[in-house]
Amino acid sequence: MLLTVTDLSCARGSAQVLAGVGFSVARGDALILRGPNGAGKTTLLRTLAGLTPPLAGAIDCAPDAIAYAGHADGLKAQLTVAENLRFWAGAFAAHDITPALDAFDLHPLADRRAGEMSAGQKRRLSLARLLVTGRPVWCLDEPTVSLDVENVARFAGAVEAHLATGGAAVIATHIDLGLPNAHTLDVTPFMARRLRADDPFGGDPFAEEVG
Amino acid sequence: MLGLLKRDLALAVRAGGGFGLSLAFFLIFATLVPFGVGPQTQVLQTIAPGILWLGALLACLLSLDRIFQLDWEDGTLDLLATAPVPLEGVAAMKALSHWITTGLPLVLAAPVLGLLLNLPLPAYPWLVASLALGTPALSAIGTFGAALTVGIKRGGLLLSLLVLPLYVPTLIFGALAVIRGAEGQDATTPLILLAGITLGALAILPFAAAAALRINLR
Repeated sequence: MLLTVTDLSCARGSAQVLAGVGFSVARGDALILRGPNGAGKTTLLRTLAGLTPPLAGAIDCAPDAIAYAGHADGLKAQLTVAENLRFWAGAFAAHDITPALDAFDLHPLADRRAGEMSAGQKRRLSLARLLVTGRPVWCLDEPTVSLDVENVARFAGAVEAHLATGGAAVIATHIDLGLPNAHTLDVTPFMARRLRADDPFGGDPFAEEVG
Repeated sequence: MLGLLKRDLALAVRAGGGFGLSLAFFLIFATLVPFGVGPQTQVLQTIAPGILWLGALLACLLSLDRIFQLDWEDGTLDLLATAPVPLEGVAAMKALSHWITTGLPLVLAAPVLGLLLNLPLPAYPWLVASLALGTPALSAIGTFGAALTVGIKRGGLLLSLLVLPLYVPTLIFGALAVIRGAEGQDATTPLILLAGITLGALAILPFAAAAALRINLR
């Protein structure tokens, strides 16, 4: 198993969002996180990535195995595509950015400044960064936002290739990527009680249950 | 980590990078002082050391909120925190690039502005030496303040309130070195104390800044 999560509780700020989450991801597996807006998918991914410490539970994973990509692209508008990628390649001690440019068809844009690109092109560059990290577990938060159909397929292809080389992925998404070995995890049952939509006292700390 | 320094320097000199912001502020500030206090050379000579140090300090303060805020807004800070570079190193590199883009130009411009303010001749070596020794402390303290306030929208006011009191010792000893130099006295003692503040800030504050960043990224 590349990543095993047992009885994990996550918090966003001071509010507990998820409780009792457990799953495991093996090499070649993709785990698709589902759930309504605000269910805690982002919080779970940030906790996996080590940005937010878990309230309880354990994340069993090799150190430095997880590559995280969030809502924000993390690009510098004044730098070109190649410069942006080269910076991240340097940070992750990789040398070659060509495979990353190939995977997302960024060669024609290599010398374009990131600030002059469309939202979809920025997203492709942001996803190409994953390939230079060289890390086995990808934790992706809504990776297909602003991608067109062709590039969603290209992204799915990149994830497939990553899985085929023994990697794994945890992806929060609302669309079907058509990945092989994809398991789905609905986070709704793990939502902390006071945030659940079916909880009549949700969000009101002063509410009392009437017998 | 050197990659981060190179990237930050490249960003600073490109359009919208804010490289000249502090330097321009310093130039304007020091040029306006004679208009404000009048052209009496005796008065200017007395206040020049304090004005030059105060100008450098305020110019430094002006660019502090850029240190982490831009990286935080576009998500780079999240990604840096998950990259195999220690956040302490990130904070140290940020302080270093802030000093190169802000402190160093101020050190180089100060003698020219000293001329404008009728700074006595013996004070020039002390002015350059005290700014060269003191501005790294301003950058290190400022990086810590920026790390504490990163995530706060319009955090500039809070940042100033946090950082200015911490700048006081640097200002006192820095200006004192120049004042003593202007009077022809030996200014080694305040200079040594200034160096002590800088070394202490450089040794401790990157760790404090990294801890503050970790809390703010949650």
